[in-house]
Amino acid sequence: MPEMTYLQAISDGLRQEMRRDERVFVIGEDVGVYGGAFKVTVGFLEEFGPWRVIDAPLSEIAIAGSATGAALMGLRPVAELQFADFVSCAWDHLVTVAAKQYYRAGTPVPLVLRLPSGGGFSGGPFHSQSPESSFTHVPGLKVVCPATPRDAKGLLATAVEDPNPVLYFEHKHLYRRIKADVPEGRYTVPFGKARVHRAGDDVTLVTWGAMVYTAAEAADELRGEGISVEILDLRTLQPWDKQAVLESVAKTSKLLILHEDTRTSGFGAEIAAQVAEEAFENLDAPIKRVAAPDTPIPFSPPLEKAFIPQVADVASALRELVAY
Amino acid sequence: MATQTHIEVVMPQMGVSVSEGTIVKWLKSEGEATKADEPLLEISTDKVDTEVPSPADGILDRIVKPEGETVPVGTTIALITPTDAAAGRSGVLESLAAPSGAGTHEAAASVPNGPGGGRAFVSPVVARIAAEQSVDLSLVPGSGRGGRVTKKDLLDYIERTAGTDAETTPRPVAAPAPVPQPQASSAPHFETPGERHERMSQMRLGIAEHMRRSLDTAAHATTVFEVDMSRVFDIRTRLKPEYLEKHGVRLTYLSFVARATVEALRNWPWLNGEVRGEEVVTRGFVNLSIAVALDESKGLIVPVIRGAEGLNLLGIARAIQDLSERARAKRLIPDEVQGGTFTITNPGGYGSIIGTPIINQPQVAILDVEALVKRAVVISDDNGADAIAIRPIMNLCLSFDHRLIDGAYAVQFMAEVRANLQNWNEERY
Repeated sequence: MPEMTYLQAISDGLRQEMRRDERVFVIGEDVGVYGGAFKVTVGFLEEFGPWRVIDAPLSEIAIAGSATGAALMGLRPVAELQFADFVSCAWDHLVTVAAKQYYRAGTPVPLVLRLPSGGGFSGGPFHSQSPESSFTHVPGLKVVCPATPRDAKGLLATAVEDPNPVLYFEHKHLYRRIKADVPEGRYTVPFGKARVHRAGDDVTLVTWGAMVYTAAEAADELRGEGISVEILDLRTLQPWDKQAVLESVAKTSKLLILHEDTRTSGFGAEIAAQVAEEAFENLDAPIKRVAAPDTPIPFSPPLEKAFIPQVADVASALRELVAY
Repeated sequence: MATQTHIEVVMPQMGVSVSEGTIVKWLKSEGEATKADEPLLEISTDKVDTEVPSPADGILDRIVKPEGETVPVGTTIALITPTDAAAGRSGVLESLAAPSGAGTHEAAASVPNGPGGGRAFVSPVVARIAAEQSVDLSLVPGSGRGGRVTKKDLLDYIERTAGTDAETTPRPVAAPAPVPQPQASSAPHFETPGERHERMSQMRLGIAEHMRRSLDTAAHATTVFEVDMSRVFDIRTRLKPEYLEKHGVRLTYLSFVARATVEALRNWPWLNGEVRGEEVVTRGFVNLSIAVALDESKGLIVPVIRGAEGLNLLGIARAIQDLSERARAKRLIPDEVQGGTFTITNPGGYGSIIGTPIINQPQVAILDVEALVKRAVVISDDNGADAIAIRPIMNLCLSFDHRLIDGAYAVQFMAEVRANLQNWNEERY
């Protein structure tokens, strides 16, 4: 198996989908001549030509709108926004049209929207957000947040296959930092199936995206203290693998939810609520969340560090749960 | 607030592997003055018995855990008001009776016999399991925040009391004296005439728990090697008087085996290692545990020879003698029974010829030294001619944890131990 960065795995998966299915095309700002803001589509224009690699004007609503239209007409667009932050400009098309079209007219919208998200490199308030939870609240949309190169490629293939609009959140901080073996050839990773990043007995830690690695570092720290943490990487938030979380909580009776997004109405709130509803009698401690504070994301590196959950924050929350 | 002026006395950590201790005797009574470092109480753990000194000058305000109670390490067992805060402290006792929402005094509230009868928080899962299993939570020692009974405490308790009737067999946690008093109960209590019942000692309970846990943890497998001890026999016969006269040390076969084993462990480091989570721990040192049977074969203690890799035959023989004498005299300190990396047990003295010992957790192997027996064996001379000869033969049995140690690894180690003994190199060892 070749080793790939998270970014190379996305690129590889996308190229494979385009080779496999002529209906698949990419559209976005600078995806063609420039190869994409983060260079995911380098070489695509040369291989697939201008009809399937389309440089769009600087307008997220135009990208989302034209991709929605193309999907309605039977194509399989994979649209790219340079930063997930600007998805707010495309909100109307995604939420009002793409998400509800099948319900209203019975016509599927097989659209994939790639959304580079997340912070950790002083991108400030417009280039660092993790807006995935907002879209879990919209019936009709699927939300995918891969943490590993293997999942990045497999979940992209599943997203292209899916007949619904899929928001594919790729974490920018993982792009070149995370490297792992990725199977050659095409494979899919199912939606709604969590991955056990690490098995454990004392506490369940549910997370996704870049926070999986923060969680693992914290768990390493606690392993030295004889505390064993089970880390579940949700992989997709809509649908999410409630069963896996409930099963793990039945074992450990203690739950910590970790996310990079801000705390209030973050997806952690939904997980906490569902576990409280369905597994109350399995709990041995209050459900805890570690998340970013309810503020915009600061530019300043020390402030950004204070904003994004760090290993020490997670470790101390875990310790608190264990000691409860 | 007056309640913030006292100091908590907690069950001390007597070693990494010790998780609980029993209060044997309070040497001070409530209201009595005590000085820092003055013995306050006696405790007993599954490893050693010892005294606990007072953490400060002051007055022993309240004994939270009575004699006979077994509590987890870190549990508050008494409260002391330091001398400088003793004035105007009359509110302390009263305030303990009322469980406050936060703070450290909830520990007192979990004491079944505590004044006021306050209760610590019961979590949903604990409430459910207690209801399902009909467990009286006031009998369960709590290790959570404020003495709360955690799910783990409850499951441990249920496991410990499994097979007995939790309702009618009180754990000493709530008992006022070391010997549990039979409780009036309508449930039948079977006792056949002629039977005698006695409570297991703390050490016996510790051994029981440890042995069961080891079998539940390690994948035990045992291999047996025959060793021709002719050379060792001769050397021992020659050195024995010298060792005794010059050094006051009895030279035993065990010492030879220990020395040969430590030497072989250098080349087979996993046998001196440990499985920790998903990691293998190996070491550049050998802390050799030696199992010592106590008087009347009631109990067993396993002192540790630290840095055994740096000792020659004399050093090892001396260490074994010293530790086993002090073990039998109950004069070991906690550090001397902790941190072993490989164990040798020696039932051969009683004539045993084969054994399948249980590994001393968290180690991964234990070597069993069997009786030296003269046997008729077939030997070959230099020309390849076979003959029957009488040779002192000793069986060495190694139980190893097959999770980490493969059979091939274990037997190659054993072959090396055997070679070290059969070709004993006096200069080197």
